[in-house]
Amino acid sequence: MHTIELKKINKEYAMGDVVVRALKNVSLTIGQGEFIAVMGTSGSGKSTLMNILGCLDLAGGGDYFIEGVHVNKMSKKKLADIRNEKIGFVFQGFNLLARTTAIENVELPLFYERGRSGGNIRDKALAALKQVGLGNRLHHEPNQLSGGQQQRVAIARALVNSPSIIFADEPTGNLDSQTTVEILSLFQELNDRGITIVLVTHEQDVSLYAKRIIEMRDGEIIKDEKVLERKNAFEELALSGSGKTRLTLMSAAGGKF
Amino acid sequence: MGSYKLINLAFKSITRNKMRSLLTMLGIIIGVASVISLVSIGNGAKADVEKQVASLGTNLIIIHTSRSKTGGVRGGSESLDTLDLNDYKLLKEKATAISGISPVIKEQCQVIASATNWNTSIYGVSPDYLSVCNFSVESGEFFTQRDVKAMSKVAVVGKTVVDELFADQNPIGKKIRIRNVPFRIIGVLAEKGQSGMGTDQDDVILAPSTTVLYRLGNGKTVRTIMASAVTPEKMTDARTQITTILRASHRLSAGQENDFRIRDQTEINNMATGVTGTLTVLLSAIAGVSLLVGGIGVMNIMLVSVTERTREIGIRMAVGARGIDILLQFLVEAVILSLIGGIVGVVTGLGLAFLMGNILGTSVVMTGSVIIYTTLFTGAVGVFFGFYPARKAANLNPIDALKYE
Ligand SMILES: Nc1ncnc2c1ncn2[C@@H]1O[C@H](COP(=O)(O)OP(=O)(O)OP(=O)(O)O)[C@@H](O)[C@H]1O
Ligand SMILES: [Mg+2]
Repeated sequence: MHTIELKKINKEYAMGDVVVRALKNVSLTIGQGEFIAVMGTSGSGKSTLMNILGCLDLAGGGDYFIEGVHVNKMSKKKLADIRNEKIGFVFQGFNLLARTTAIENVELPLFYERGRSGGNIRDKALAALKQVGLGNRLHHEPNQLSGGQQQRVAIARALVNSPSIIFADEPTGNLDSQTTVEILSLFQELNDRGITIVLVTHEQDVSLYAKRIIEMRDGEIIKDEKVLERKNAFEELALSGSGKTRLTLMSAAGGKF
Repeated sequence: MGSYKLINLAFKSITRNKMRSLLTMLGIIIGVASVISLVSIGNGAKADVEKQVASLGTNLIIIHTSRSKTGGVRGGSESLDTLDLNDYKLLKEKATAISGISPVIKEQCQVIASATNWNTSIYGVSPDYLSVCNFSVESGEFFTQRDVKAMSKVAVVGKTVVDELFADQNPIGKKIRIRNVPFRIIGVLAEKGQSGMGTDQDDVILAPSTTVLYRLGNGKTVRTIMASAVTPEKMTDARTQITTILRASHRLSAGQENDFRIRDQTEINNMATGVTGTLTVLLSAIAGVSLLVGGIGVMNIMLVSVTERTREIGIRMAVGARGIDILLQFLVEAVILSLIGGIVGVVTGLGLAFLMGNILGTSVVMTGSVIIYTTLFTGAVGVFFGFYPARKAANLNPIDALKYE
């Protein structure tokens, strides 16, 4: 059973008389523990694909299976539960709740948990924030955080309920190279623990931290290949000597996922 | 999401836009305050009237002369002379369901005391009048049946008359002149206050019926006879007996209408409270409408809130909120908004009612049930007017909500 299976997915947007075909018969399978980078020019349909994968949007045609479950046939309620339990989504524009502290933002998915996985909500959120190195910014509101810090809060929110898949739409889009590597190091570590990761990026360099690269153009997958020389963010950070405190912290919290 | 978290969330959102929430609540506050104050003042007025009507007498039955119709032709003013002292005597002898009875011969006269004079009503009555109309003698004594028989020129006066004619002197034993007839004051009535119709019940002089009828009146016409039934249950029996006795005495044949009219306490009560009751209903309806307007205000603000927070809704849905979670979030917010308005409104309304009661000198009657129902109703207003915006929020698509600018 594949973690994700897309069969001939279509998506059209009607803009008055003009119909934009954002996805054209996209088929794709993703196995458990993969780390995929989705590349492509602007407007090629990456975000559209991610939104469908993340169960935020419904495909216009085709079939989508997530861990063998047919997404197209699910009720809105069930889709909400899938988003809550299986998926962590990191948005291009952070999408944090305004005037709400970092820790409260991270707690959000836990409030909608049905099965009550047990454990204290605040403790879990705290652990997630520490994982992303923001243990000292708990009560900052989004407008009191830098872009990179906001993105890390968004990542903490995506991983707080231990999802099996994380979708990240340009998570490093507006970050400097140092922060980018830090965040990629985080993704690589999460991936090492078995979480499937799909991230969208424009930068060739970023895609090299993934295990597999998919390239899109005009709503179609035109290239799908393995990364031969994979980069290791952890080592890079260790070599440059920066971000050390965070890494030690992370190792201390090791095995949390 | 737990209910605690939902309520917490609602409070946060309400306090975030304090001014806006306050203005929204204002509609509800005004509505509830007017309902509460109007209903309590209305109920107070009703209680006042009931009390005043009760003060008129016990199990009171009033018999009036009435225009008799002979062959469909209404008689002139002479035909109002249908009752006389003989009728009174017959009723007193024969009607077993009544405990007291008195003729009432009313004359409006200028009364002269040594120094001043005063225009007031003289009632020619029998000693039973005291018990029938709930009067009591404060000082001195009331006249007796002997005085009635002897046509004694004695009088018992009300407080207002005492104040007007004698200021702070003791009136007992003093002489007053009514239409040149000298009367000796033998007693003073205990104060009774205003009647339900607003007349001063202490502005009276009571004298033996015969004296008033023959010395001051026309010696014949008795316009009114007042009686009291033995018990409230005997009221109907009493009315039937009176009707039978009077019809026989007036020699009315089977087809003829009564030439008198009988009213009793319940009728007077209903007549008096009916007016205030209708007024209460009318005012409550107006207040209810303002409550509805308040509800529409809540709906309006909730719609604005949903639009403003579309992205927030999208984010919540993206991390796993179901439609019902979003629905409840906004519904709870609307209900809390109106409930706070309702509670503030109840307090304001009560304050207003007591203030107005104080100023107008009327009673204020507040029942717990009205407070509870009004509060529950505001909650319902919140649910009703909050539902549409909340459902609108819950039905959003996650991606549309997230992309909303
Ligand atoms: N809601 C929408 N209505 C109409 N057209 C849309 C809508 N969303 C996307 N599109 C169109 O669908 C196509 C794919 O858009 P998409 O956002 O998936 O591109 P993208 O690959 O993510 O681009 P970028 O790298 O710039 O983010 C574009 O041509 C876009 O104009
Ligand atoms: Mg995009």
